[in-house]
Amino acid sequence: MLTCKEFLQELSDYLDATVDVELRRRLEAHITNCPNCFVIFDTTKRTIQVYKGMQPQALPQDVEARLMKAVERKMSGKKPGASV
Amino acid sequence: MPATTTAEVFDESALLAKAREGDLAAFNELVNRYSRKIYRLAKHITQNDEDAEDVLQETFLKAFEHLSSFQGQSKFYTWIVRIAVNESLMKLRKRKSDRTVPLDEPLDMGEDTVVREIAVWEDNPEQKYSREELAGILDEAVQSLKPAFRTVFVLRDIEELSTEETAEALGISVPAVKSRLLRARLQLREKLTRFFKRKGDDVFAYL
Repeated sequence: MLTCKEFLQELSDYLDATVDVELRRRLEAHITNCPNCFVIFDTTKRTIQVYKGMQPQALPQDVEARLMKAVERKMSGKKPGASV
Repeated sequence: MPATTTAEVFDESALLAKAREGDLAAFNELVNRYSRKIYRLAKHITQNDEDAEDVLQETFLKAFEHLSSFQGQSKFYTWIVRIAVNESLMKLRKRKSDRTVPLDEPLDMGEDTVVREIAVWEDNPEQKYSREELAGILDEAVQSLKPAFRTVFVLRDIEELSTEETAEALGISVPAVKSRLLRARLQLREKLTRFFKRKGDDVFAYL
């Protein structure tokens, strides 16, 4: 059986589903038998989920206004990509 | 109510083609589509409102300037993320040049995978907090990571770039991305556990 340290080393790839079938089987066997690593696996997975679920907030109005102004100024100057 | 947008608006390559020809509305549409994500990315990396705004502007101005050299082999979003990351790292280096670990050097990984707290989380812990509170908790946790870990986590798990795209954007190897991502995730897990753990389940409850 994998040690806890070995399990932790592979945790990220396991969560990203980028491990091969054989390693996956050994990782699954480890968390079935190791409650601590199961908790680490579960809470790490949920850590990633909670961040992935965050929508970007709207730009502050003044930031957006200055961005659009800067873009407009640039675009009125020349054609895109026409490097001088 | 039917959507007013047409398939054409969603077709990025059509927008890009128009923008290349100097169509202002088309380029504005691209800016509107991605400005919030680019600003968030820049804020996460630079940790500074003023720098983030500079990065936001520079990214779209540079994108406009170099639009003709964008080949369309990668996604437009991946391309502008790469510009934004470069601009952000420049700001970061300028601001903290003598205090931060350079992003392109190997880090001593020593104790980083140590897990100190193992506790079961509540079923839906994020529901205990308002949206603003939750955003504050999550942001603060990310900001506490070292820049080398933070940038990798932001690109992989917040902006959802692939491992390879992240490696390319940061100029580091794929193994370096993977090892930093693992440590970032474990450190964040540890920080969030303080807020999200089930009451009564304390440290090493399962030992």
